Amino acid sequence: MFHALVSIKQVPDTTNIRIDPETNNLIRQGVPTILNPYDAHAVAAAVEWKRKLNGKVTIITMGPPAAITSLRECIEMGADRAILISDRAFAGADTWATSYVLTEVIQAVHKEDPLDLIFFGKQAIDGDTAQVGPGVAVRLDLPVVTYAVKIHEVNTAEKFVVIERKTESRNEVIKAKLPAVMTCEKEIADIPYASLPDLVYSLRYEPEVWTTEGPITFDPAQLGLKGSPTTVFRTGTPEKHKAGEVLKTAETGVDVAVKTAFDKILEVEGVASMLGVQR
Amino acid sequence: MNRRFWVYIEQEDGKAHQVSWELLGVARRLADEIKDELEKTGDTALVEGVLVGHQMDEVAREALHFGADNVYVVDDPAAKHYLNKPYTEVLTHLVKKHQPEVMLVGATTLGRDLAGAVATSVGTGLTADTTHLAMGSPKEGQPKLLMATRPAFGGNVIATILCRNHRPQMATVRPRVFPMPSRLAEAKSNIIHEDITITPDMVNAEIVEIITKKGSDVKVDYADVIVAGGRGLGNAKGFELLQQLATELGGVVGASRACVDAHWISYDHQVGQTGKTVRPKLYIAAGISGAIQHKVGMQESDFILAINRDPNAPIFEIASMGIVGDLYEVIPSMINQIRALKEAQHVH
Repeated sequence: MFHALVSIKQVPDTTNIRIDPETNNLIRQGVPTILNPYDAHAVAAAVEWKRKLNGKVTIITMGPPAAITSLRECIEMGADRAILISDRAFAGADTWATSYVLTEVIQAVHKEDPLDLIFFGKQAIDGDTAQVGPGVAVRLDLPVVTYAVKIHEVNTAEKFVVIERKTESRNEVIKAKLPAVMTCEKEIADIPYASLPDLVYSLRYEPEVWTTEGPITFDPAQLGLKGSPTTVFRTGTPEKHKAGEVLKTAETGVDVAVKTAFDKILEVEGVASMLGVQR
Repeated sequence: MNRRFWVYIEQEDGKAHQVSWELLGVARRLADEIKDELEKTGDTALVEGVLVGHQMDEVAREALHFGADNVYVVDDPAAKHYLNKPYTEVLTHLVKKHQPEVMLVGATTLGRDLAGAVATSVGTGLTADTTHLAMGSPKEGQPKLLMATRPAFGGNVIATILCRNHRPQMATVRPRVFPMPSRLAEAKSNIIHEDITITPDMVNAEIVEIITKKGSDVKVDYADVIVAGGRGLGNAKGFELLQQLATELGGVVGASRACVDAHWISYDHQVGQTGKTVRPKLYIAAGISGAIQHKVGMQESDFILAINRDPNAPIFEIASMGIVGDLYEVIPSMINQIRALKEAQHVH
């Protein structure tokens, strides 16, 4: 039976984050948390292939108890099982320590019920690192296809998958052995509307909660802040650039404003010669 | 002892990605920043490139012109095209052998795919998408570390990250975040061929087809002039007007995310956090309000001209000059005036 696992993250909706202009602190209050958008598309793709191949989808996430909302959302989309990996000991984990925990959990799930495909979103919108997926693949010693845009074929009998990925200059179609890890762009699948049975199921669904107490054991030295090779030294707000002169066409007229702009533009080093215009 | 500052030289189809040279420039600056420590210890700092591929000699020689002291080359027909596992294994091997202190990789699709895997395999820390890099002491008197600064939370916060106890200290950097170093006429140093072959057990995936994109020849990230449009254009047709101005200025058209999401223009044109980082000589932002996610992608432009009807648009905060007005009046006037300027040149 086809078995897919999707590793998701609940993130603050970064498009709604504002900075307090007086204290320069991040205003987190009232910022909604959402299922990371790329992860949502990864779940959609996993569910699409589960239906094609009559299989099963397991969702995992490492995060605070509130992440249960995002897990339920995945169940609503058609996933079958959800695991919340939550423990204070995991707090402060960087991508390295995160990929350690996820790898241990994925191996445990795989032992119980062998996996074919392991999905990630291409990156989380709060950290934007795109490191966890490749990190997990290396730890599991599995092939990884990043920036996946299309799954052409999943062949569970012959144990291979054909996935199209996107780079800056081209698309590459990659054939990899199963099980394989992939990180997904939004194009991988459209978010489906929830079916009524899935919706009802999700409302009553209680995700499993895995902690350092069990059901599996973790090496304490590799967890959280202590297990992270990187540490945040300091944080701040981005440097403010100095604003230049602003003209209003209502006051100067359009042509004068534009002429002033060109006079300044042509003073910029290299611009006049580049435009073939003498100052 | 040699303190090695490594740059991964990215190539595709035998052509180097320009970000590699930008990073050699950064690595040289970082090496210079520990001169005081070198004087005390008698150590030497080396800027070195690492190159994996097949028949890459020309790229290797070019790296020397951009200031690399040495370039390590792994040449294998099986490495002709990038694949995660063989490249990761080769680089892991080289890192363990030569013990670099710092390793920089371009934050391209290839570089991000590779750096995350290498960092995990080596067992070290990696900071993604850094926008500022320096060698500095976290506390006075302590040895200098790589201070890797990056935006987080969609650019609302910047964080400086340290990797204290693991080596190399790894960072990825997006193209165009740092300027191109000047090309040295003379290449002074060595190409070192590493004798590593890619064995079948290193290969767990293969490229079965390469689809070259049509119409993706827009190189917005390396353009000197960008005329970018935002939601204020009102419709897809507005980009035709911007294209006219871009053509007159010898530039390309850029766009904010809103326009790409609305399918007014293709993703290749998108500037900002989820698009390209750009640093042209001239950036014209027409009808772009200036969300932080857009600003982080273009604020290093030499000159920013913002055109917006809303005098309170955040784009004016970073603009070298602003025009409050209707872009459908301002842009045509710009087209007329630049044409007139050029004609005047021909007459004389």
